[in-house]
Amino acid sequence: MGELGWTMLAVAEVAETLGGGTQPDLLAARQMQAISLGVHIPIVCFGIAFPAMILFVEGLYLRTGNPTYKALAKRWSKVALVIFAVGVVTGTILSFEFGLLWPEFMATFGEVFGVAFGLEGISFFVEAIFIAIYVYGWDRLSRRAHFLTGIPIVVSGFTGSLWVIAVNGWMNDPEGFDVVDGQVANPRPFDALFNDHLPHELVHMYLAGYIVAGFVVAGVYASAWLKGRRDQYHKTGLVVTLSFAALAAPMQVVVGDWAGRQVAENQPTKLAAFEGLVETQDGAPFTIGGWYDETDEEVKYGVEIPNLLSLLVHHDPNARIEGLEEVPAEDRPPVNVVRYAFQTMVAIGTGLALLGALFLLTWLRKRRLPRSPWFYRAVMLAGPASFVALIAGWITTEVGRQPWIVYGVMRTEQAVTNADGLEIGYVILGVVYVSLAIAVFWLLRRLTSKPPSTELAGPQAARVRSVR
Amino acid sequence: MAEICLGFIVLGLVAYAVFGGADFGAGFWDLTAGGAERGGRVRGMIQRSMAPVWEANHVWLIFVLVIAWTAFPVAFASMFSTLSIPLFLAALGIIFRGAAFALRGQAGTIREAKVLGALFASASVLIPFFLGAALGGIASGRVEVGNAAGDAIDSWLNPTSVTVGAIAVVTGAHLSAVYLAGDSVRADLPDLVQAFRKRALASGVVAGALALGGLLVLREDARDLFDGLSSGAGLAMILLSGAAGAVTLALVWVGRYGLARVTAAAAVAAIALGWVFAQEPYLLPPDLTLEQAAANDTTLTTLVICVGAGFVILVPSLAYLYRLVLQGRLDQEFEPLDQRFRPLSASDNAEARH
Repeated sequence: MGELGWTMLAVAEVAETLGGGTQPDLLAARQMQAISLGVHIPIVCFGIAFPAMILFVEGLYLRTGNPTYKALAKRWSKVALVIFAVGVVTGTILSFEFGLLWPEFMATFGEVFGVAFGLEGISFFVEAIFIAIYVYGWDRLSRRAHFLTGIPIVVSGFTGSLWVIAVNGWMNDPEGFDVVDGQVANPRPFDALFNDHLPHELVHMYLAGYIVAGFVVAGVYASAWLKGRRDQYHKTGLVVTLSFAALAAPMQVVVGDWAGRQVAENQPTKLAAFEGLVETQDGAPFTIGGWYDETDEEVKYGVEIPNLLSLLVHHDPNARIEGLEEVPAEDRPPVNVVRYAFQTMVAIGTGLALLGALFLLTWLRKRRLPRSPWFYRAVMLAGPASFVALIAGWITTEVGRQPWIVYGVMRTEQAVTNADGLEIGYVILGVVYVSLAIAVFWLLRRLTSKPPSTELAGPQAARVRSVR
Repeated sequence: MAEICLGFIVLGLVAYAVFGGADFGAGFWDLTAGGAERGGRVRGMIQRSMAPVWEANHVWLIFVLVIAWTAFPVAFASMFSTLSIPLFLAALGIIFRGAAFALRGQAGTIREAKVLGALFASASVLIPFFLGAALGGIASGRVEVGNAAGDAIDSWLNPTSVTVGAIAVVTGAHLSAVYLAGDSVRADLPDLVQAFRKRALASGVVAGALALGGLLVLREDARDLFDGLSSGAGLAMILLSGAAGAVTLALVWVGRYGLARVTAAAAVAAIALGWVFAQEPYLLPPDLTLEQAAANDTTLTTLVICVGAGFVILVPSLAYLYRLVLQGRLDQEFEPLDQRFRPLSASDNAEARH
């Protein structure tokens, strides 16, 4: 969508459907939504990527009959079930919050994007059914049947996130409805869902799932490796997860480039906020670090690399980039938040891609793991780092969308509830989520500290008994 | 099309009440099972029965929400903004219930299991109460159309809401006791069969009494709803529900738990249908009818086609899960909850322990 499309969107703002007064606690509503998503998104990464890794290891067991693989896959499946259980509840909270926090958004646009959640609900259902069958079906279903019950988990993990991302893509690139006299009319659900932002957001998130889940789990085994546990069980755990993450991380660089160019086309103001670029210019520079000064409208103390932004966005060093000045100040997102989030994501993403490439090259050329302990320390760090990059990327796209909840059509302040007590709710939810995170972390450590042989019975256990 | 979408919502609500409600009811029995040692066997059975199915059962709630906000967006937004307090409390309960139950399965000491169990069990009682209270607010015409337009307190803290909330808690407990008695038969544990049989009978009687008393409350507090329930199709459903409830008690009395599952579920379904008939043609009485609340026809048609197509996958999947469960193929070894944490003794077969 070019400049014309942008102008057309701006005139097509909608009025609230339900009507009512103003909400003084808009920020509390946004923060509640933010912590809820911040807890849920990392869980989604595991939902997307972990089942495929588990099935891969189970596949190794079916091919070789080696019980070590079975012990590993079974252990992982129990971890996956705990994470899924937490995802069930945090996902429920999100669907409640749609109504509790953003009733105007739902009342106005529910008929436009809601179908996606109908499909997501079905996916979620299938995922819940088969993850239960898979985890409780070890040693009770035939080997083949058990493996097959894992496949719907992988597929529904993908389709579930597909539909949610379709809605997010639509919020950034609203299509599939008309605005007549400030009212939404003629909803076309599938036009809305298959919007221009869906493809890159989907691939970007999907790879992020593999990167986060891969590096977080690999970090656990890298730590074991440094403590001298280098048996087949731990080595498999490390190599499988690291391979998934290492393949995804360099690909993510290419997808990130694609995403950036799509944003430049549809949401030039968001792209300008990534960079703190105020003036529309040819051959725009890329500025690293520094601080965006709201009053002087410029980035201070940053390192400027001439023409790089134009080169990155349009693959032409002299291309024109639109600056923040194209829209009035009240239509711009908070530049510093978006810009720091964006730069954090890019920096960490680059580092993860290099780490992944190092692992792949060593593995392919020398057929062994890297020897330096620093590699394992880096992998341990890569887990939390990828988590930070994930959250930073999400802040980039969602805060970068502000002040709009539906880009160019409805402002976030129009969408919010008129109910009182949002700040109380925010504090309570924050405390609950922090305790939840601590409890889950602690119990996952407990679950994974048992010897692998406890996953097996009889002679299989004896074969794995030597592993601590 | 609006009627089909309402049908999906009613189906989802009934399924949530029958399956999810029973899981909450299991929490009620967990809460009231007594000290760690005395309640260990009951809690062990609850843990074993619920573990494979509670997540799938819970998804019915999500299903109801997504159909509601897609097909009836204005009604959904009005309900959630006005009923924000009970729904927020229910949401908090959902976090505690699900997380604490999942984590109790991994608890390492009896102390951890006690704390997590108390959280799981008390949340299991509060969630159906608050959800029931919210439904009571809708049924008694206290949710106005608009952004938080109804009264934030009176919409859920009123005689009808409290009654519906209490009925939701007790009904869940009754369903759960019936199912758990059946599961105990399958596990060949006669003492637990008796324990849950007693609970099923007692809670069934209490649920029936509450329902009758509740009608008197509705007569005073929500006259339109009462009139709908005491005439025509509404009355027929109430009578059907009462009959199904009585048959359930008889079946439990004679130990036919498999059939009792079905009749108990039918009693709940009849109540839900009775409510729908009683407030017809309104979705949010007394102002918003189903037709007025419905989304655009294109959306409704698309939703019906998508959900219908989804059911082609979902229904066989659910059938597979419940078949495996009822055949006992996903059953774990029965272990009283307090026994899991006792120190290993020489007589234990170390190989068999988890």
